[in-house]
Amino acid sequence: MLKSTFLKAVAATALSFSTWASAQAVDLQFYFPVAVGGKAADTIQELTNEYVAQNPGVNIDAVYAGSYQDTVAKAITASRGGNPPQLSVILSVDMFTLIDEDLIVPFDDYLTNDEDKKWIEGFYPAFMENSQTGGKTYGIPFQRSTPVLYWNKEAFKEAGLDPDVAPETWDEMVEFGKKLTKKDANGNVTQWGVRIPSSGFPYWLFQGLAIQNGAILANADGNKTNFDDPKVVEALQFLVDLSTKDEVMAPGIIEWGATPKAFFEGQTAMMWTSTGNLTNVRDNAPFDFGVAMLPAKETRGAPTGGGNFYLFKGASDEQNKAAVEFVQWITAPEQAAKWTIATGYVAPRAETWDTETMKAYTADFAPALVARDQLEFAKAELSTYQNQRVTGIFNDALAAAITGSKDPATALKEAQEQADQILNEYR
Amino acid sequence: MRSFKLRRDWIHGWLLLLPALVFLFAFTHIPAVTTLINSFFSTPRGRRPSKFIGLDNYERMINDPVFWKVLWNNLWFAIGTIPVSVALAIVMALWVNEKLAGRSFVRMAYFTPTVLPLIAVANIWMFFYTPGFGLFDQITGALFGWPASNYLGNPDTALNAIIVVTVWKEAGFFMIFYLAALQAIPVSLKEAAQIEGAGRWTIFWRITFPLLMPTTLFVCVNAVINSFRLVDHIFILTDGGPDNASALLLFYIYEVAFRFWETAYGATLTVALLILLSLLAIGQFFFFDRKVHYK
Repeated sequence: MLKSTFLKAVAATALSFSTWASAQAVDLQFYFPVAVGGKAADTIQELTNEYVAQNPGVNIDAVYAGSYQDTVAKAITASRGGNPPQLSVILSVDMFTLIDEDLIVPFDDYLTNDEDKKWIEGFYPAFMENSQTGGKTYGIPFQRSTPVLYWNKEAFKEAGLDPDVAPETWDEMVEFGKKLTKKDANGNVTQWGVRIPSSGFPYWLFQGLAIQNGAILANADGNKTNFDDPKVVEALQFLVDLSTKDEVMAPGIIEWGATPKAFFEGQTAMMWTSTGNLTNVRDNAPFDFGVAMLPAKETRGAPTGGGNFYLFKGASDEQNKAAVEFVQWITAPEQAAKWTIATGYVAPRAETWDTETMKAYTADFAPALVARDQLEFAKAELSTYQNQRVTGIFNDALAAAITGSKDPATALKEAQEQADQILNEYR
Repeated sequence: MRSFKLRRDWIHGWLLLLPALVFLFAFTHIPAVTTLINSFFSTPRGRRPSKFIGLDNYERMINDPVFWKVLWNNLWFAIGTIPVSVALAIVMALWVNEKLAGRSFVRMAYFTPTVLPLIAVANIWMFFYTPGFGLFDQITGALFGWPASNYLGNPDTALNAIIVVTVWKEAGFFMIFYLAALQAIPVSLKEAAQIEGAGRWTIFWRITFPLLMPTTLFVCVNAVINSFRLVDHIFILTDGGPDNASALLLFYIYEVAFRFWETAYGATLTVALLILLSLLAIGQFFFFDRKVHYK
């Protein structure tokens, strides 16, 4: 009897001691999405575990929250329910939405000394365009990408083209595409020249065309779009012409998911898709392939894409500080290199590319450098207040033009009118 | 004393009802009423609380071309899926009710699509429909030399492609109900008709089909509900595109509420869906009641 009471007392003391110990540690909840296949989720988990092992003062609960769409939905719902995560990776373009919902806090309050300010400057400016507004930094680039052109060197050789030269301009892309488009005896196309996928979110790759044509789709304050700019109309006409007039691309809406597979199967000789697919293509393409910057019209150009770290409202100062330290650690050269190699995402800081790990990787696999070099020409991804809705309107207009139910000018004019209606109240 | 006993009975009764009532209210009635209330307010944003705006959301809905488009799509979806899947279910049930070799295997094969989650089904069909190297294109290309198709990427065919997947998924489920109903029909009726010299068609049309009517009512109510409820595969197959050509009402509600975060307008659309569904359910019961013969 006495013994068991004693044991209980010991157990109780031990229990209270352990809760006391963990109360000293800062608890963080961290949501992350996975948009590409492969090892992305495992890598984030590994990196988080490594950090927690090195820093006993912090507990990080990394929660895989599904797609980008699922993650932002989860984060918003959790915040409305009074239980926000402290940290989350969410699409960089959702910044204005999150500000509008009053869910995030800028990083600036926790980046006070000169060293921290320098740290912010270390990120590629193209990535920061979608991360800052009104002079404040709301997002820290992490799983960021940009679209590039992949080409099948064997198909190029067969068509009598130099297998080591990718099209430099729009005209060249069409010209090469015509040579690369193959038909069988029945007149059916067996290999298309180029493939620019347009399902789900056609705006992203289309934005590449718009930037190349010298147009900017939305202003930096996120409250005005330029969908009916003549240059945007011209870019859309070019995209539509690829399948209707030039006949170098399959007609109709082209599926994103099937695009790498179509490339592997020889259904298309060139494809535009995210650098997030780099490792996938490297592992699965049964032929020699090349990676190039997107072709130029007036200028080279591409949008950026992908996710940023955001700090959520409702956390204590301590938690936010711990979260910022974690973000600084995971975007530091060694960790970012690991992440880039595992996924193909573009390391967001120049210094990462100078690490031994990255140098060895790029020496062995030069295409990884293309995306980085293209960043010089890259612009912010389309992002506005009520972003999903405005982008949704734009997507519908693009789809209508691509499928021929509206002509580009009309579709874009209508989209601009609708976007104006929504964004008026933010001006 | 008597009134005391009455009251005790009364308390007892309500206590027994309580668990069911709590769930019914928490998950059905309160959300429905809240939705109705929300539809009269503006969407709260972090920096701007919601305010009462009367019927503005409803006015917007009436003027929203996408709303009419998805409603129209939904009508086609219902017309395309309900009669075909019910007819197919009857045919399949009649067939697997006969004595044939490998009967249980055929039954299982018909029922398999029902067991699969709709998301998995959509992924399988995604491969079937893929232009160029998808199953359909490989078959039509090899047999007839047809060019690559793009069923999902063309606004004229996208909705039909979705209808086909839905019918494939649903017919097997309805078949099970018909199979059960067929086995409950006494053989003596059929034998009596045969003695009278009735042919197979007459037997089906005059005996089997009328006796299946209660099942048909049940199946039709389910099919109508499903035609508004089944949208999972749209997320995988087309995401509502191109240009909303394959978006259905519930899909649009999800999009408005959880992608665009316009919860108030989402609530308004939900009220429209609720009204539509209740009208349909009431209409169906009145329409069928006259034709259904219960035993």
